[in-house]
Amino acid sequence: MTYLSKSPWLLHYNASSCNGCDIEILACLTPMYDVERFGIINTGNPKHADIFVVTGSINEENKDVLVNLYEQIPDPKVVVAIGICAASGGVFRECYNVMGGIDKLIPVDVYVPGCAARPESIIDGIVKSLGILEEKRTAMVKGIPVKPEMNTAVREAGTE
Amino acid sequence: MSRQIIIPFGPQHPVLPEPIHLDLVLEDEIVVDVIPSIGYVHRGLEKLVERREYTEYVYVAERICGICSFVHGLAYCQGVEGMMKIEVPERALYLRTIWSEYSRLHSHLLTLGLFADVLGFENLFMNAWRLREHILDDMEATTGGRVIQGSCKVGGVRRDISSEKLDQMVSGLNELEKEMKELTEVFLRDSSIKSRLCGVGVLPKKEAYEYGAAGPTLRGSGWSIDARKLGYAAFSKLNFEPVVETQGDCYARCAVRAKEMFVSIDLIRQAVQKIPDGPVEVKVTGAPDGEYFTRVEQPRGELVHYLKGNGTKNLVRSRVRTPTFTNIPPLVAMLKGCELADVPVIVHSIDPCIGCAER
Repeated sequence: MTYLSKSPWLLHYNASSCNGCDIEILACLTPMYDVERFGIINTGNPKHADIFVVTGSINEENKDVLVNLYEQIPDPKVVVAIGICAASGGVFRECYNVMGGIDKLIPVDVYVPGCAARPESIIDGIVKSLGILEEKRTAMVKGIPVKPEMNTAVREAGTE
Repeated sequence: MSRQIIIPFGPQHPVLPEPIHLDLVLEDEIVVDVIPSIGYVHRGLEKLVERREYTEYVYVAERICGICSFVHGLAYCQGVEGMMKIEVPERALYLRTIWSEYSRLHSHLLTLGLFADVLGFENLFMNAWRLREHILDDMEATTGGRVIQGSCKVGGVRRDISSEKLDQMVSGLNELEKEMKELTEVFLRDSSIKSRLCGVGVLPKKEAYEYGAAGPTLRGSGWSIDARKLGYAAFSKLNFEPVVETQGDCYARCAVRAKEMFVSIDLIRQAVQKIPDGPVEVKVTGAPDGEYFTRVEQPRGELVHYLKGNGTKNLVRSRVRTPTFTNIPPLVAMLKGCELADVPVIVHSIDPCIGCAER
């Protein structure tokens, strides 16, 4: 992996997930899978993060938190949606307090499917996102703006 | 009186794997009041019961929480079986017992690891999670899933475990038990851990009961209450005593979990010895009618599922009372009077599972 020139830190947020994917993300950081050997650290501070890892779907209460965290992460940044809930709402799609996948609110770069997503596929997704992060960084250095549009309509419309 | 200030804790916070928000009212460094607010993980899946057939809803019930998913599935299936008066085959009951104790092992290792992380003991955190992977390997080998198993169904279980595999699991646990002894020794004996935990977040015996604490939080305050003693699944045929500690502080709650893991290993051993041969499921026909309450012991405490059917394929009501939800009032009581720096430790000492609590 020649493009791993930096140690990317990730910020994890649980947006109405069932914990299944969350504990699998933590499992990636612990001895069996150990992504920390690549310099990937789970940070709690959005200002320190490069990769935004989100599990679960958005709801009324957490949508503002999600956007707030996304906006606080400095550019360049990538968003990885872990689990089928973050992609589309998954098994909870028809619940009254589930608005669907997180891409309704923030731009997503990599989707990792699964319920719960396996650590192997999570690592695969994060590695894919590293390439995208590097592209964004190069573009930023060249002065090309990399600010994708955020979908504010959903944020204001609320649950139907 | 000194000036009061309010510090927000969460929903996104370095020590919280899950979002919960606490407003901490401080006087200098001392927490004088706590205002919890929840709802960040609320999905509203109890209502989904109206749209799913009663046999399908097991999958949703399992996804109430990814950590104790098997136990949720078990509680739901027990409820429907009770309502429909289905006799579950003996072997299936034993398999359910084995898997629910495996869930307890993985959950307790997980929570002890996170607890070590909160204490700043990174090595211990990694060690606990290293051991947990062995448990998950067995889970995956027998059910097909690491954290969400999908092996429980109305009328029994979805797949059998061969007797060779059962023996293999027990010998694996025997090996693991030695390593777990070393791990729990650190939690129970290490002087720096003790100095962080002893006397912190004390929940007196009387208050624990009055506030409705459940599980290790309740047993850490001297109450010998364990829903497994009700004898659901195959627990009535196995011998065990609930682990009880009397101090009611963070150390006691940590000790209850550490010691409970060995009880779980012992229960699995007994179950493997006594498991009878036979079918693992019965055919289910008809539709549930009536109401049913079922109580099971989740890793975090007593879990109650209430189900109501009206003779159609869809149930009309499902209500879940989870242990974390009832442990929030005791948590507020524990936090009052503590130092700000101890807040993360106390919050983790109830082993919060917000996914369960908010559903």
